[in-house]
Amino acid sequence: MTVTEERPVAEVGSPRRRKEDARLITGRTRWTDNISLPGMLHLAMVRSPMAHARITSIDVQPAENSPGVVAVYTGADLGDEQGSLPCAWPITADQKAPPHPPISVDTVNFAGEIVACIVARSASAAKDAVELVDVEYDELPVVVDMAAAAKGGNLTHPELGTNVSATWVFDSAEAGTGGNVEDAIRDADVLIERTYRQQRLMPAFMEPRSVVCDPTGEQTTLWSSTQIPHILKLMLALTCGISESKLRVIAPDVGGGFGGKLQVTPEEVITLVVSRRLGKPCKYTETRSESLLAGHHGRDQIQKLTLTATREGTVTGLKVELLADMGAYLGLVTPGVPILGAFMYNAIYKFPSYRFECTNIFTNKNWTDAYRGAGRPEATFAIERLMDELAVEIGVDPLEIRERNWIKHEEFPFTTVAGLEYDSGNYEAATARAKELFGYDALRAEQRERRERQDPVQLGIGVSTFTEMCGLAPSRVLGALSYGAGGWEHASIRMLPSGKVEVIAGTSGHGQGHQTAWSQIVADRLGVPFEDVEVLHGDTSISARGLDTYGSRSLTVGGMAVVAAADKVIEKARPIAAHLLEANVDDLEFSAGKFNVKGTDSSVGIGELALAVFAAHNMPDGVEPSLDADATFDPENFSFPHGTHLCAVEVDTETGETKIRNYTCVDDIGKVVNPLIVEGQVHGGLVQGIAQALWEEAVYDDSGTLVTGSFVDYLVPSAADLINFSTDRTESPATTNALGVKGVGEAGTIASTPAVVNAVVDALRHFGINDIEMPCSPHRVWSALQQTDGRMGWSGADTPTEKTMVEDDADPSHNAQLSQGSGDAGSHQGGFE
Amino acid sequence: MTRISIQVDGVQYSDDVEPRTLLVHYLREQVGKTGTVIGCDTSNCGSCTVHLDDTSVKSCTVLAVQADGHEVTTIEGLAAGTDGELHPMQQAFHENHALQCGYCTPGMIMQSIDLLRDNPSPTEQEVRDGLEGNLCRCTGYQNIVKAVLSVSEETRLKVGTAGGTL
Repeated sequence: MTVTEERPVAEVGSPRRRKEDARLITGRTRWTDNISLPGMLHLAMVRSPMAHARITSIDVQPAENSPGVVAVYTGADLGDEQGSLPCAWPITADQKAPPHPPISVDTVNFAGEIVACIVARSASAAKDAVELVDVEYDELPVVVDMAAAAKGGNLTHPELGTNVSATWVFDSAEAGTGGNVEDAIRDADVLIERTYRQQRLMPAFMEPRSVVCDPTGEQTTLWSSTQIPHILKLMLALTCGISESKLRVIAPDVGGGFGGKLQVTPEEVITLVVSRRLGKPCKYTETRSESLLAGHHGRDQIQKLTLTATREGTVTGLKVELLADMGAYLGLVTPGVPILGAFMYNAIYKFPSYRFECTNIFTNKNWTDAYRGAGRPEATFAIERLMDELAVEIGVDPLEIRERNWIKHEEFPFTTVAGLEYDSGNYEAATARAKELFGYDALRAEQRERRERQDPVQLGIGVSTFTEMCGLAPSRVLGALSYGAGGWEHASIRMLPSGKVEVIAGTSGHGQGHQTAWSQIVADRLGVPFEDVEVLHGDTSISARGLDTYGSRSLTVGGMAVVAAADKVIEKARPIAAHLLEANVDDLEFSAGKFNVKGTDSSVGIGELALAVFAAHNMPDGVEPSLDADATFDPENFSFPHGTHLCAVEVDTETGETKIRNYTCVDDIGKVVNPLIVEGQVHGGLVQGIAQALWEEAVYDDSGTLVTGSFVDYLVPSAADLINFSTDRTESPATTNALGVKGVGEAGTIASTPAVVNAVVDALRHFGINDIEMPCSPHRVWSALQQTDGRMGWSGADTPTEKTMVEDDADPSHNAQLSQGSGDAGSHQGGFE
Repeated sequence: MTRISIQVDGVQYSDDVEPRTLLVHYLREQVGKTGTVIGCDTSNCGSCTVHLDDTSVKSCTVLAVQADGHEVTTIEGLAAGTDGELHPMQQAFHENHALQCGYCTPGMIMQSIDLLRDNPSPTEQEVRDGLEGNLCRCTGYQNIVKAVLSVSEETRLKVGTAGGTL
């Protein structure tokens, strides 16, 4: 047997064009809403216009009599069968949570909540009948403002007796990972206090959510536009009391998620329950307005922050007091989102003391949950804004203050004050490269010049030297944080007799390019052509085990499961190769897709072995005729990508309009499988973070009505709003996985928001402005300028030296009143020990 | 019900539609052109963009009856057959990694073709402005703009030999 193939050029690291493009650019896609089955019925939802009300009566008769309508269901009609929607992350033992029926039974708690479901023979007939359902409401006091809700007053859920769902604390002194932050506050030379608001956002994936359920046959099949087919299957089985084996969940082509499809939705449960009741296939597809109204939202936190430092600008302590708006209910991971940020406020800096306290609050608004970054963008924003404030206070360049405090590259691995061990990184290298690409010094000179000549258009430069923890996640860590599941990932490899290779992944891509990236990994590992690898995922009958795609986990966890499965294939093939080559197992080496007898030209290819095993005519004794392998990978640590992002904005002081002039980022995500895909992830991530800084905000009025319920009002940016970004990478391989890779899916979003806001504030600093609330709209910027002394800004001084402009002084006499007791009865101590 | 007669991707169809039926619903549900998708209900996102007599329209803002007697081209009609050669714009989107989840892609490609028909040699800013009515949540637009510019340059180079490929 001889193999004549040359060893392929390494696939990993190559900018392969994507396999998945072929169907997407030609319209040969299978989105859930494309699925149509014989006799399929269509669902439409009747939603509450009230944010908080008791349902006194529902008259469904006119709707039932409407042409084409088959049935109308209220919450009472579905009864126990609809169960209560799951929350998988009870962050404390005493966490309070209301029941969450998919169709409200007697009370509505946010505007948009489902109160009845129409089933009809066509989608238009179902929608027509929605208007005919007559619901009488008895209005209840509406709780909209989380800060007010935290103090008591009207209750979102009177039966809970409080608006507080849970309080969660991490304190470095109690955890043994650092000192007591109250000591740092008492002894501080410099004390900076700020309160920042993380406005409420909407994930706004382009494909509205859709679900189709076919209850015929032995197994009920549910197609859903979801990121999490495996988790959804388990949760639906538990919620609806169906055997897992009788349920098959398929995520076909899914049009974006960003955390917004990391959910078990009321609509999924209702479609399942109704289709099983009627014995007919049913479909529900939301409108965009419904998606914005009732698909979960993200962010929505108020951050009270205290940073202490020495006169030289060395940080000594950080205290975070967070209010997080849950909305009316706890979704799948709602309460845990702020906790994902808890370990990231200290970021890349060597804080000796740290305390994080989060209070989760109920309000009569749609519930919040994961949105790209989930907790980490909030934390990164807070610390990166504070570091700019510290730079101003100390009178040095914002990059200089960061360098004085960050972990040096020779100090890795480094255990942080939050108890995480950062494996690798090089903040100096990324920053040096970013400054060079950006033309930092020239832009600073232009900034000075524009200030001196009192240009109505001012230049601002913003910095963000971020890191994040991603690759969710080591299962034992999730256990320590009271999360309801593990963080492992699964993959299988099937060696087909044709010599082709099937990879079955537990991850569930929806735009990330897994088909391409997993093919590259397997092509290298098994020495087979890239084209010969097929990747299957997103169907629980094909991929039986998996924990799906979110938290920048697919490559660092799922990719490693693929590697582990490939390595098992090689080990299974080895004794068979030895048998066929009549050689000793120990004399074989595997490389470039073939087993070679050392020192000879005798070899056999892995594809030939797959065929030999399929025929099974000549197997060694006691060896099973299969090369197929499964692997489950549980990471030992998170991955910690980092980078330096620099943003220059031009702010028109007459109109308040902000334009992005330059944006440069140098990210370090370790080794890269496909640079083309990575760059795309960075671009898209940047824009979502920039959009938080400048444009997007989900707004509720005082009555709890969402006033940004369409793309007319919710400002998802277009191409015309943006510029080309300048991106580059440095490479500090992860030491905690064999590929050396780190996550990239959320990095851009986490990093960019503070870079932009720092730039806006930097442009206006000399007017005495030290914050603009997000989004930094023309109106907000203009209003802030109107409140300043008009000519104050034209002093022409440099940003870093304008100490007189800092609003919050560092008078140590304030410290006494800032100190607070640290005892929190009933609070929960979190940690990674 | 109203009887309409429309040519879609080169095939003539005669169908009865409710007068209120939107073109996009007719295309998806009656003709089966599910490559054209719906992303919003306010004509902001452009996901449903098709060509009506060689001009791009958002098919959610056109009634099916208004397309009576006209020709519609969808993303599915761009390449010549299922194994046919890709349209240069489709090829450019692939080469430049101008799509991730792919949901906005059909509309984005149809609009990009129309943009270059109107302005065969646009500047970067003209491309950005020309795509303002099409939203993408994945790519940050950078590679989409790059893809469109790459086609326009190629078109310029080919003028006189393979002009009119768009």
